[in-house]
Amino acid sequence: MKKFLAMALALVMVLSLVACGKKDEASVYYLNFKPEADAAWQQLADEYTKATGIPVKVVTAASGTYEDTLVAEMDKKEAPTLFQVNVGGLKSWGDYCYDLTGTDVVNELAAEGAVITKDNGEIASVAYCVETYGLITNKALLKKAGYEVSDIKNFADLKKVAEDIHARSAELGFDAFSSAGLDGSSNWRFSGHLSSVALFYEFRDNNVSGMPATVTGKYVENLKNLWDLYTTCSATTGAALSTATSDMSEAEFGQGKAVFFQNGSWEYNNLVLDASKGFNMKAEDLTMIPLYIGVEGEEKAGLCTGTENYWAVNAKASEADIKATLDFLKWVVTSESGTTMMAEQFGASPFKAAKPVENIFCKASDALIANGNYNVDWSFIYTPGTDDWRAAVIDAISQYTVKGASWDNVKTAFVDTWAKEYKEYTAG
Amino acid sequence: MKIRKKSRDAAALNSWLVRRPIQRMVWLFLLPTFAAFCIGFLYPFLQGIYLSFCKFRLTSDAQWAGLSNYKTAFTDPSFLHAFWYTALFAVVSLLLINVLAFTVAYALTQKMRGANLFRTVFFMPNLIGGIVLGYIWSMIFDGILIRFNTSVVMETEYGFWGLIILLCWQQIGYMMIIYIAGLQAIPEDMMEAARIDGASSWDTLIHVTIPNMMPSFTICTFLSLTNGFKLYDQNLALTEGRPFIQEGGEIIKTTEMLALNIVNAFTSQATNRGVGQAKAVIFFVVVAAISLLQLNATRSKEVQQ
Repeated sequence: MKKFLAMALALVMVLSLVACGKKDEASVYYLNFKPEADAAWQQLADEYTKATGIPVKVVTAASGTYEDTLVAEMDKKEAPTLFQVNVGGLKSWGDYCYDLTGTDVVNELAAEGAVITKDNGEIASVAYCVETYGLITNKALLKKAGYEVSDIKNFADLKKVAEDIHARSAELGFDAFSSAGLDGSSNWRFSGHLSSVALFYEFRDNNVSGMPATVTGKYVENLKNLWDLYTTCSATTGAALSTATSDMSEAEFGQGKAVFFQNGSWEYNNLVLDASKGFNMKAEDLTMIPLYIGVEGEEKAGLCTGTENYWAVNAKASEADIKATLDFLKWVVTSESGTTMMAEQFGASPFKAAKPVENIFCKASDALIANGNYNVDWSFIYTPGTDDWRAAVIDAISQYTVKGASWDNVKTAFVDTWAKEYKEYTAG
Repeated sequence: MKIRKKSRDAAALNSWLVRRPIQRMVWLFLLPTFAAFCIGFLYPFLQGIYLSFCKFRLTSDAQWAGLSNYKTAFTDPSFLHAFWYTALFAVVSLLLINVLAFTVAYALTQKMRGANLFRTVFFMPNLIGGIVLGYIWSMIFDGILIRFNTSVVMETEYGFWGLIILLCWQQIGYMMIIYIAGLQAIPEDMMEAARIDGASSWDTLIHVTIPNMMPSFTICTFLSLTNGFKLYDQNLALTEGRPFIQEGGEIIKTTEMLALNIVNAFTSQATNRGVGQAKAVIFFVVVAAISLLQLNATRSKEVQQ
């Protein structure tokens, strides 16, 4: 037995050495950061290899560990040739981004602007899916309470509706908002997405496009309007919020206990398609409305549509691998199987050949834009030192919500932490 | 080499004919372990020290930066806060865990019904992982605190005492086992002599039991001190550093301990992981120095039986 074991181990060792020594001519190695799309990517990679003979390896980082996996993989000899770099990652990974100017994948974009450019004008990465967030609304419940989506055109309307529903919640059997949990799994919805709305209006006033050195927090006071509604017109209030999770909030909405749920188009899968979640909501009952915070002219606001998902090609890979990767990308965004997979997995994507999407939240966004409303851009992608800045903001919001501290602390966190993080970010 | 006269009944292994080749080949037998030690510990450790003097994102792409990482680490208010917070935590947990563990061990070595059952029950929390414990206890604490409209993550004091309670609950059983072994190793004739001389049970405890148990104290204080300093997963699961305070843009996570601070420094820096690395080296030096001092201090009080 022992002999057998020793032999088996020796065999494994020899084989792994052989595996190390092997080097293909041109290959693609994609480090994917969306675990939910792993199976679809693997299948697509197989299909491409069968059709062209070029090996495509797809490795998926476990949820929340993309950055760590990328650091580890980039250190290897066989580093990923295709990976993700967003605005925040540009500083650390910019040197690894192959200039995509004039490549097929960029030429296939339906609109300009879906790329991240470096200071020297090179295209570092290209967006591959477009997402949207706002207030997910249960139209059926809203109707039961005696309202229509068209009744809500600004913050004052939203407040009236929400307060009325909350006051009658015992009789109706549901409340206005699902819980605005401050637990780590949920608080990014507010420190990241909600506060982005305040940043958007400030940036629009000042014509900012890029990461500013300072922010004034002019619209932080407006955030309080909506936040107060979230935390008063809801079944969960006060200290219970400090540990309430994102799953709780999703379940409250999914089980029809709340009319509004602040989240994004990625929830479509959980709420409607994924039977294992047990919500099985009807797509026609759902829609998404803009985040109204009481700003002048917000009747014309649209949803918050943007992306954080950008492909970058490893500039330090071999010439042949870079070419293989670019060919693969072109195939993904133009071929029948590629575009089908993209539409199924990611919803809307910014390419000419993109398939129409089923996702009703993306459709709601398109409808508003077609109606002449303005898009509320994703301003949070320009946050310097994202983790620390968000931590400061969410802490001030927690202190306000649970301990009744002043909302001014939120503004302090907004402004002071931004300035400090920007300094650290630029100092490197 | 001198040939030793062998006795006839010595095992064949003692024969020089067998021993000499083994002695000659000693390096061969040491090699696997030594190689594992070098690959798994020595090389990463030295590489880690080297990297703490570098600016790097990828380890293959490190640039020498001198002492600048250490300067940043020492001027980082969150690191200094975490240091003193951890030191206070380590001392308080050291005292509480050892006093309580010794008391429980002393009680359970007296003749009482069900002592074995109690030992098992007290030891069991030690078998649960830190992350799980953190989440379980956060539910317990919040279940109580919610009645007062607050939560364990809302006040620094709650977070501190919450972690102390958690760690005591987890570690008392383990230390108790070590103390029980120590108590049972005290020679019965000494105890008997004390009884015959008319020593009260208090006197026996102070003058006979405790001095005889110094080796147990050495190991238990060493373990609880270093455990207190190295605490990470319980900290992450229970408070994650919350609540925070802000001063002029600086964020101080008031319940963040050293290990968590180091991990956060390592992952949140966009371009330079060297600061986190420097903090880790400082952390190692501090923990090693404190535990050596403590070992020295308690060892000197150990008595020969």
